Amino acid sequence: MKGKLLGQPWKFWLGALIVYAVVQFIFSRGLVTDYIQTIVQYACVIAVAALGLNLIYGFTGQFSLGQWGFYAIGAYTSAEISYNLAPRVSVPVDLGFGGFDLGQYLVFLLAIFAGACLAAVISYLFGLPVLKMGGDYFGIATLGFTIVVKVLLDNSDQVFREMKGARGMVGIPQLTTWFWAFLFLVLALVIMRNLIYSTTGRAMVSVREDEVAAKAMGIDTVRYKTMAFVIGSFYAGLAGGLYAHLYAFLHPSTFNFVKSFDLWIIVVFGGVGSITGTIIATFGWATLLEGLRIVLPSGTETWRFVIYPIALILIMLLRPQGLFGGLEIGFLKPPKWPRRQKSVTAEN
Amino acid sequence: MKLTDEKGLGTVGRVIIIALAAGFAYVLIRGLIANPVLFLQQIINGFQLGFVYALIALGYTMVYGIVRLINFAHGDIFMIGAFTSYFMISYWGVTKLKVLDVFGPTLGPIVGTGLVILIAMVVCASMAVVIERVAYKPLRAAPRISALITAIGVSFFLEYFAALDFVFTSNYIIYERPFPVTVWHPIPGLSISNIMIIIVLTSIVFLLLLQYIVHYTKLGKAMRATSYDKPTSRLMGIDVDTVISFTFALGAALAGAGGVLYAIAYPQLIVFMGIMPGLKAFVAAVLGGIGSIPGAFVGSLIMGQAEVMSAGYISTTMRDAIAFAILILVLIARPTGIFGEPEGQKV
Repeated sequence: MKGKLLGQPWKFWLGALIVYAVVQFIFSRGLVTDYIQTIVQYACVIAVAALGLNLIYGFTGQFSLGQWGFYAIGAYTSAEISYNLAPRVSVPVDLGFGGFDLGQYLVFLLAIFAGACLAAVISYLFGLPVLKMGGDYFGIATLGFTIVVKVLLDNSDQVFREMKGARGMVGIPQLTTWFWAFLFLVLALVIMRNLIYSTTGRAMVSVREDEVAAKAMGIDTVRYKTMAFVIGSFYAGLAGGLYAHLYAFLHPSTFNFVKSFDLWIIVVFGGVGSITGTIIATFGWATLLEGLRIVLPSGTETWRFVIYPIALILIMLLRPQGLFGGLEIGFLKPPKWPRRQKSVTAEN
Repeated sequence: MKLTDEKGLGTVGRVIIIALAAGFAYVLIRGLIANPVLFLQQIINGFQLGFVYALIALGYTMVYGIVRLINFAHGDIFMIGAFTSYFMISYWGVTKLKVLDVFGPTLGPIVGTGLVILIAMVVCASMAVVIERVAYKPLRAAPRISALITAIGVSFFLEYFAALDFVFTSNYIIYERPFPVTVWHPIPGLSISNIMIIIVLTSIVFLLLLQYIVHYTKLGKAMRATSYDKPTSRLMGIDVDTVISFTFALGAALAGAGGVLYAIAYPQLIVFMGIMPGLKAFVAAVLGGIGSIPGAFVGSLIMGQAEVMSAGYISTTMRDAIAFAILILVLIARPTGIFGEPEGQKV
């Protein structure tokens, strides 16, 4: 069959379906522990957030340390909505081989999108004055943003009682499953790929390459910088919402700025500006951390955090552009542009 | 609604910033009128904190000026300085050496502390040079973000290696002050401790020394030249690698001294103690204009005052948020910092 869905050939969707089915089978048969299942889903969630950061920094060249702040906003907003709405909405649907609660999932989707949209709106407002600052200063302003968000969350119980501030929020319905995590990851991936290889994406890349030249070519760099920032923050908010419903528990200490470096490490380690690199680096990073936990003899697990930065430094020294710097594989490769027709005059 | 326009702040932006500044000023003036002695005390506390931040911020700003790297590991050098002094005071009794008895019972420990500070400075400087040679030098030609991630890696490594059980452990450690605290009350309600005076005096001495080195020595001239234009400095015969290492060493020495003074003032150590002061010092350096030495100094004093005033008159839990919010507002109003010069763009 020919034909494309969302711009991707049917082979891609078939492959995605196979991956989903295989992993779902492994999970539902209990062939791996619950812990590993959660880690795999968490990796999907982080991959979405890392994709957003890759858009902002890797493709548009804006050094943003604020991704984690938007992740936090998405997480808490969606949690707040779910916490309040989910207990009241229940529409059980019974399919022959099992059922699910449609109402809960509708609330879940609403909550996640609301979280992502709020993150996008805040990023737009924050970006208005801040994006015009040059590179490092923009980074610092976004760093300030992440810290302010974390402190506000610590004090959130003064406004939203159920958020319980620094004690952590509980009672969020645990609605993220492998299905949702994988679905959102695939959608995020496809949309990101389509965006990058469109005119808009090319404009964003031109901003990264040479902003002055882009302006000279007539590209409204402010518009594209803002667009990248908002879309990237939307991704972060979406990931945050998925995260909140995965662990069903939120604590402001998860959102301190030191943890935000995890996203940066993933993006740079995987290769700046490479979607493949980001995805592979996310799963590689999760595997490394958890694998070290399993491999190290008991009692020395804290050595994980010594080995991990050493590995990071070594990789940076050996391959500074990251694993997949500038490369993509498979369907993520840039599409071949149709060859130009030879001009009539050249033939003579 | 335009918050900003091409030339900087639009009218709405200006109104918002002026309103916030007025609100802040109102809260402060109200506090001043209510209890002027307390206000003065807060100002003094702010200076104490600000000078310690200045010692750290200078390292950030000098390194950024010369290699355009935000050295995230700098805060951990500060931590190493504090821990080095802990070992010297509590384990090796450097402040209780017999040879110091010649200075008498009160001055002896203080001279001993001076010795401890010097040793901590040397340790931190050597460590910084090693880190620079191993981790940063190979990446000088690489994209800046790689050096940044490496700096983050070094920072994590220092923190978690020190947190291992056979090193410093990850517990809080009570710091033994090398000399007893004496507090004077020149005005009832006002406390000035000898620690405060020592911190301020030591910081001022170091800052003056730094000014001297940077402006009146050949090495300082080489540092300034390399910050301004590295390839041309090489052409002029300056050994750029040595100058860069020296800059790292100088910044680290100051941070180490800052670590010792901080530990004396707030006698509780933990391996993660460098993260927040490092971050705030970095913010202070940016506030003053990163790359500018007087800027780092002024920015740090402002940062120290802002933090103490926010904690005292607005809210203790929100003080970090307010400090960073001030940073964001100042950056919006003056993007290159107070003393910074906008880098011209070559078209």
